Amino acid sequence: MYVAVKGGEKAIDNAHEILEEDRRGDLELPEIGVGQISEQLGRAVDRVMTEGSVYDPELAALAVKQAQGDLVEAIFLLRAFRATLPRLAVSRTLNTGEMRIRRRISATFKDLPGGQILGPTYDYTHRLLDFGLMAEKAANEPSGETDPSDAGDQKSRDAEGPIPKVLDLLDRDGLIETFEAGAGDEAGEEEVGDLTREPLTFPAGRDLRLQNLARGDEGFLLALGYSTQRGFGNNHPFAGEIRLGEVDVEIVPEELDFPVPLGEITVTECEMITQFKGSKEQPPKFTRGYGLAFGHCERKAMAMALVDRALRTKELGEEPKAPAQDEEFVLYHSDNVESSGFVEHLKLPHYVDFQAELTLIRKLRQEHDDPGSGSEPAAERAEAGE
Amino acid sequence: MGDGTQVRGYNFAYLDEGTKRSIRRIILKAIAIPGYQVPFGSREMPLPYGWGTGGIQVTASILGPDDVLKVIDQGADDTTNAVSIRRFFSRTANISTTERTTEATIIQTRHRVPETPLHEDQILVYQVPIPEPLRWLEPRETETRKMHALEEYGVMHVKLYEDIAHYGHIATAYNYPALVNRRHVMATSPIPKFDNPKIDRIPALQIFGAGREKRIYAIPPYTEVKSLDFEDHPFSIETWDQCCAMCGDTESYLDEVITDDEGTRMFVCSDTDHCRRRRDDGHAGPGEPGEDAPGDDNGGAGKGLPG
Amino acid sequence: MMDLGPPLLSVQGMTKFYGRLVGCRDVGFDLWPGEVLCVVGESGSGKTTLLNCLNGGLEPTSGSIKYETRHEGTVEITTLSEAKRRFLSRTDWGIVYQNPRDGLRMRVSAGANIGERLMAVGARHYGNIRSEAATWLRNIEIDEDRIDDPPSTFSGGMQQRLQIARNLVTKPRLVFMDEPTGGLDVSVQARLLDLLRGLVTELDIAAIIVTHDLAVARLLGHRLMVMQGGRVVESGLTDQVLDDPHHPHTQLLVSAILTP
Repeated sequence: MYVAVKGGEKAIDNAHEILEEDRRGDLELPEIGVGQISEQLGRAVDRVMTEGSVYDPELAALAVKQAQGDLVEAIFLLRAFRATLPRLAVSRTLNTGEMRIRRRISATFKDLPGGQILGPTYDYTHRLLDFGLMAEKAANEPSGETDPSDAGDQKSRDAEGPIPKVLDLLDRDGLIETFEAGAGDEAGEEEVGDLTREPLTFPAGRDLRLQNLARGDEGFLLALGYSTQRGFGNNHPFAGEIRLGEVDVEIVPEELDFPVPLGEITVTECEMITQFKGSKEQPPKFTRGYGLAFGHCERKAMAMALVDRALRTKELGEEPKAPAQDEEFVLYHSDNVESSGFVEHLKLPHYVDFQAELTLIRKLRQEHDDPGSGSEPAAERAEAGE
Repeated sequence: MGDGTQVRGYNFAYLDEGTKRSIRRIILKAIAIPGYQVPFGSREMPLPYGWGTGGIQVTASILGPDDVLKVIDQGADDTTNAVSIRRFFSRTANISTTERTTEATIIQTRHRVPETPLHEDQILVYQVPIPEPLRWLEPRETETRKMHALEEYGVMHVKLYEDIAHYGHIATAYNYPALVNRRHVMATSPIPKFDNPKIDRIPALQIFGAGREKRIYAIPPYTEVKSLDFEDHPFSIETWDQCCAMCGDTESYLDEVITDDEGTRMFVCSDTDHCRRRRDDGHAGPGEPGEDAPGDDNGGAGKGLPG
Repeated sequence: MMDLGPPLLSVQGMTKFYGRLVGCRDVGFDLWPGEVLCVVGESGSGKTTLLNCLNGGLEPTSGSIKYETRHEGTVEITTLSEAKRRFLSRTDWGIVYQNPRDGLRMRVSAGANIGERLMAVGARHYGNIRSEAATWLRNIEIDEDRIDDPPSTFSGGMQQRLQIARNLVTKPRLVFMDEPTGGLDVSVQARLLDLLRGLVTELDIAAIIVTHDLAVARLLGHRLMVMQGGRVVESGLTDQVLDDPHHPHTQLLVSAILTP
C-alpha cells in the first residue's frame, strides 16, 4: 500500500553525513588546513572575501574548506555569517593613494612617476602546467628573498613617499572628470548607503552601485565588461591604473574627533579611463570607471570598473543600448548568492503547481482533440465512504 | 521539540532583535496597505535565497517563545525543505512545532493553503519567489511600481483576454492574480488557483515574505481577495474525477502519484495533515490501484486518468 | 459664426531647451474640439519636440498647456500629477507613433490590442470587448478573421491602422500623431489618409498631426502651423497657407513639392 513519502528528516541527516565523508575524501591523505588554504589558495580566499563582503582570510579559508572549494557556496557561507554581525562603525574612506604598493601598472603612459611595478602576476607566465608542483615539494621552491621592487623598473620609493595616482596626473590638466568630496577630506565624509540594510531602489546612487558591483559575481561582471568591449555599449576603455597593496583602515569613534587605525587590508584597485565625446551640457573629456576588491582580484576589479562606467550612461546623457548599461538588469542580477539560490530552488518540489499545469494541459488537449466538448470536464464524484 | 537544545551563539529565532523589530515595522505597514509590496532590508539567511528566506524572516520576526509552529511545503509537513525550516526554528528558537493545522499559531507555507479553515489566532506566512504580479508583463521594477501606484492594471486583463481568445477559457493554473481590498493586484505566491477562494475574507492574518526580492505584503483578516476574471468568464477552480485514494476526500487538492513502472497513477491529498485527520476520523479511500480497496463504497473512484 | 465655447487645448509660450540648444521656442495656439491642426517643417524644426511637450512625453522648459477636460473643467497639463496625466492619456487622448511598434503590443492579438484601453477603463465583459474589437477591425478595413493574430503578422499599413484603432476605441477627444504615414509606401499612405480623414470627421476628434509631408497636411489639416528653427513662422487655414504662403520658408517648402 502506498504511503506518502515520509522520513524527510532522516534523509536530511543521512545526506549531511554522506556530504561530510565526501568533503573529507580519501582518509589516507592528510586533511587540508585552513592556514594552508589561506596561504596557498590565496586567490580563492580573496574572491570569497570580496563577494562575501567580509575581510577575514581565516574565515574565508574555512568557508572554502567547508564548501569543498565551491567558491559560490563559500561566499554564501561567509555572507550568512556576516548577516549576524553588528555594524559597529563606518570606516573613513580608504586612501589608496597612500597604498603600500606591491603591484602597480598603467596602460596609458609608457613611463610615469613611480614607474611600472609588475609584482605578483600571471600576466607574463606561459600557461604551461608545472609538473614540478606535482611533487610534494616543488623543485624550484621560491627563495623568499626577492625584493618586491625588483619586479619593476624603478628603485625602492620608500624614501620618496607614496606613488601618485595616474588619474590624478590627468586631473591636473583638467582632462578627466573630478568628483566632489575627495577621499580623506574630513569635512567631505558623506553618508554612504548600505544595501545590506536597505533594499536597492532605482535609480541607485553610485555608492550603492559600487557596493553592489563589489559584491557581484566575478563571472557575471566579467561577461558584461567583455560585452562592452565587443560593441554592446562600447566605451573605449583604457586601464588607467591598477594597483595592489596594503592600505590602512581607520575609524573616527564618536567620542573622539581624530581617526584611529584598525589595521591594514590588502586591496586591488582599478581605475579605467574612457573616452567621452561630450554632450550638450558637458565638454569632451575622459571619464572614470572604478573597481575595488579585497585581496588580489584583478580580473574582478577591472570588470567592475568597466561595468561601473557602462552604468553611468544615463548620468552622462548617453543613449542606453546594451545590457551592461541597464541599471536594473545589471544590479538585480549580479549577486551570486541571490541567483544561485533562485536557480537551485528549482530542485525543491513544485508538484502542486505542476499538478495544476498537468490538469490544465490535459483539459487543453482534450478540447484540442474534441473541439465540441464542453470546457468543464465531467466532475462527477462519488461521495467518500462514511 | 522545545527540548532545550537551542544552538548557542545566535539570538532567539536567529535574527537580532533590531532586525526583527525593523521587519515587524514593515509588516505593520504591509497590513495597513493590504496587497502593497513593502520593500525591506532582507538579510542573508543561512538558507539559500529562493528556499523560503522571506517566509523565514517574517516567521522569525513574529515568533514568540509560546508559539507553536507548523511548516508545510506543497501542503505536506514532511517534504525535505519543510523539515529543514522546521528544524531551523526548533534549533534557533527552541519552540514547539506541530504538524496539526488546528494546533499551530503560526503556519509557514510554500505553494499551498491548508484545507482546514484557519481562525483568528493564526497567522499564515507564505514564502514568495516573485512577489510582483506584473513581472511577466513588465520586467522593470521602476515601471511596475508606477503601475501599482496609478492602478494601471489593464494589462492584467489583456493576458486573461488572450487566454480566452486562444483557449476558450482562462489558462492560468497557479499564481492566479487577485485584487486585494479592491486596490492592489497581488501575486498569490504561487498557490494553485484552487486555493484562491481560501485566502478571501478569512479570519487569519496572511503575510507574504519574498527574501531575495526584498518585499513583504499582507492580507489582513477578513479582507476581500478577488480573483481577476471577466463577467462572462468567471473565475473557476480545477476539479478532479477522483477522490483521495487514502481518505476518500472529494473536496481537497490532490497530488498525482506514479506508483509503478507502467505509469499507473493514484491521487492523494496534497495536505498531509488534512488526510491524516480524515483517516483518524474513520474515512477511507479506494486505496492503491490494483489492490483491494479498504473502503469499497467509493464505487471505484480514484482509478484512471481524467479525460 | 456660432459660439465655439472654450478651446479644447490652449498653448502659450511653449519653450523647450536641450541644454543650450533650442527645441522649440514660444509656441502658442488654440485648438477647438474636432479641429485638425497640422504642424509642418523640416526635420530639426522642433515640430516633434513640440508634440512631445504637448502629450506629456517631454517636460517643457517653460510655457503653459490648458486642457478642457470632460468632467473637471480646465486643467494645466504642465503641472498635472503624473497619475492624472497618465489617466488622461489612456482615456481622453490618443498617441499615434510613427513606428507602430512603439504603440502596439506586438506579441498579443489584434483583438487584445484594441481591447486594452477598454479594459484599462474597467470593461469586464469578454464578449462585449471582443465584439467592439471586431467592429473596429471592420472600421479599419482589416479582415475580422485576423482578430486573434498578433500585429507581428500584419503588414506595415495594417499595423498603422491597428494602432489608430487601438487609440480611437475609447473615443478620445484629442489625438497626437507623429508622421503617421512616415514609414509607408505611397499607395498605402493614400488609403491610410482616407481612412484617417473619415474617422476623425465621423468621431469628431481633434488632432495634432506632425508631418514633413505637405500633402498630408492638405488632405487632413483644417489649420496649419509652419515651424523653422524651433519657432512658428506662419500659421493659418491650410488652403490659405499652402496656396498663398507669406513667409519665405513656407514658400520654399511649398515650391519644393510638385504641384498637382
